[in-house]
Amino acid sequence: MRDILKTTVSRRAVLGAGVAGASLLAMPAVLRAQDKSLKVGVYGGYFKDSFDKNIFADFTKETGIAVESVAEPTGEAWLVQLEQAAKAGQAPADVSMMSQVAMLKGQSTELWAPLDAAKIPNASNLIDHFVNKYPDGRIAGIGAVAWYITLVTNTDVYKEAPTSWNALWDPANADKLGLLALVSNSFLLEVTAKTHFGGTNALDTEDGLLKAFEKLAEVKPNVRLWYRDEAQFEQSLKSGEIPMGQYYHDVTGLAAADGQPVRSTFPKEGGIMDSGCWALSRASAKVEEAHTFVNYMSQPKIQALLSRKVGTAPTVKRDLLDLTAEEFAAVSSDIEPIIPRYDLYQTKSDWLNQKWTEMIAG
Amino acid sequence: MRRETPQKLTDYSPLVFPAGMLIVFFVVPFATMIAVSFFKRNPSGFYTPDFVFDNYARFLSLFFGKVLGFSLMLAIAVAICCIVLAVPFTYLLSRARRRTQVLWLVALLSILSLSEVIIGFAWSTLFSRTAGITNLLVMLGIMDQPVALNPSFGAVLTAMTYQALPYTVLVLYPALVRLDPTLTEAARTLGASPIRAFFTVVVPALRNTIVATLIMVFIFALGCYLLPQILGRPQHWTLSVLITDQAIYQSNMPFAAAMAVFLVLVTLGLVGLTVYAGRKGETA
Repeated sequence: MRDILKTTVSRRAVLGAGVAGASLLAMPAVLRAQDKSLKVGVYGGYFKDSFDKNIFADFTKETGIAVESVAEPTGEAWLVQLEQAAKAGQAPADVSMMSQVAMLKGQSTELWAPLDAAKIPNASNLIDHFVNKYPDGRIAGIGAVAWYITLVTNTDVYKEAPTSWNALWDPANADKLGLLALVSNSFLLEVTAKTHFGGTNALDTEDGLLKAFEKLAEVKPNVRLWYRDEAQFEQSLKSGEIPMGQYYHDVTGLAAADGQPVRSTFPKEGGIMDSGCWALSRASAKVEEAHTFVNYMSQPKIQALLSRKVGTAPTVKRDLLDLTAEEFAAVSSDIEPIIPRYDLYQTKSDWLNQKWTEMIAG
Repeated sequence: MRRETPQKLTDYSPLVFPAGMLIVFFVVPFATMIAVSFFKRNPSGFYTPDFVFDNYARFLSLFFGKVLGFSLMLAIAVAICCIVLAVPFTYLLSRARRRTQVLWLVALLSILSLSEVIIGFAWSTLFSRTAGITNLLVMLGIMDQPVALNPSFGAVLTAMTYQALPYTVLVLYPALVRLDPTLTEAARTLGASPIRAFFTVVVPALRNTIVATLIMVFIFALGCYLLPQILGRPQHWTLSVLITDQAIYQSNMPFAAAMAVFLVLVTLGLVGLTVYAGRKGETA
């Protein structure tokens, strides 16, 4: 015993043991780095959960690329974070699902690494307008999913589904609506133009925009909540606290399937059709994996799976899909959609934002 | 022990660490913000380094003036509510038994562990028509039917007061514990009622502490941006909400920075005015 205690441990041995110990602790990280992986940003909540459960696991099985999904906020919050991070050479997510306005804004700073069409053969399945291109023709993003914002109601409070966006203006709905709080994600100007001024072309001129603002201001007494965060409205819609509003068709469908008393209706003027692109941050080093991922996601069978499981509208051509007429109707509609005027949110964004804030807060 | 003034340069060495922290975590970010507020906004994207006054010019409008006015008014209201509630409460607490004091302080500290989001959603449930406190009143037969108490100014004020109250109590507590109990005893001996003694002896003795606490709560409340969104109508949105909108949703950093700089300047001005008025009052 005494001998053991007397043994002098050399400085070198201590250092050696330290290095060995440290490398042992670092072992899992070293091993993990050898596997292929990809960080994918998708909207948090139901959306991310469905992707994790139904899509990403199979993708990893087929390609050997592990997916770490990152919950991203909607709106331009994620764009700002990606942009700031890219300036510092970081990528909080390699591939992210981005909205159209965010795609356009990201293009102006070259945030999106151009994608190589040769490495994404499945991109030819897509409906043309779902391929997002730089002005010079380089591919900035590939359509991931499309979704509708529709008129949603609580079925306990509204026994009959509303049929028109005009319900927003109905004095009977005083203090009952939940609407999105920002001009660039609510697309209510387009709704107003389509419902009252014959189409979104009415927004071509500043005069037309002002008229739409004026008409839209009439819904203010009906609005209980202007929400930025979806969870805020979703909870109130389910409980009937705020029984009507605009919301995402897919998420409402998923909630209804869960037994919640909610329904989503395509008004006769059409639902608002918005879409997201897969875009690769220029700061990402996972270029190969990203192309494999985007190619995988553009397969008709995956798009059909998304429609069935997540409730999104497909971005590939209808005739390539094996969706039944019924399944297609559940995620989309034959009624001509209201397509947002993305161009306005790029060219006139500050003016629109100012007018909008003054309208709702004034 | 006599406090000696520093003689050599090395005597200042203990200051290096806090000064470094202050520079890294306050001076540098704040300077960056001021710089960005003069940058040029590119509406289709982000911003380019420049020196323009556009962002400040846009802020100088009746609309933003009203929002700024409301934000200041709300923060002052929260500060006053907190002081009115916290001073008598902390006074009674400091006179309570040790065990009671510890229990209350632990409870207050646990409120600090709640995030603004949780506080906001909790109050929005409490104020809702379907699950809120008015259902209890209906059950007790006080009200005919449940009503929604939010969104409203009262809801915003309540939640913000709730959030700031623990800080108020914790700042007042040490001063009240140290307050000499013989002061009130003397007042009582001279025939003052407990309430009269509280207002004529305790409150004046704590004047400086109360003013300092008012300022702290005011600044704390001014930065609040989540509760007005969750519990208020658009007319109750504070300047902080609009700053967030610009920074996060419109990616207009220069304008957001300009608004933030303006808010800081107005705040500093008001605090300066309060301190100045306090000094003047003391000499009078």
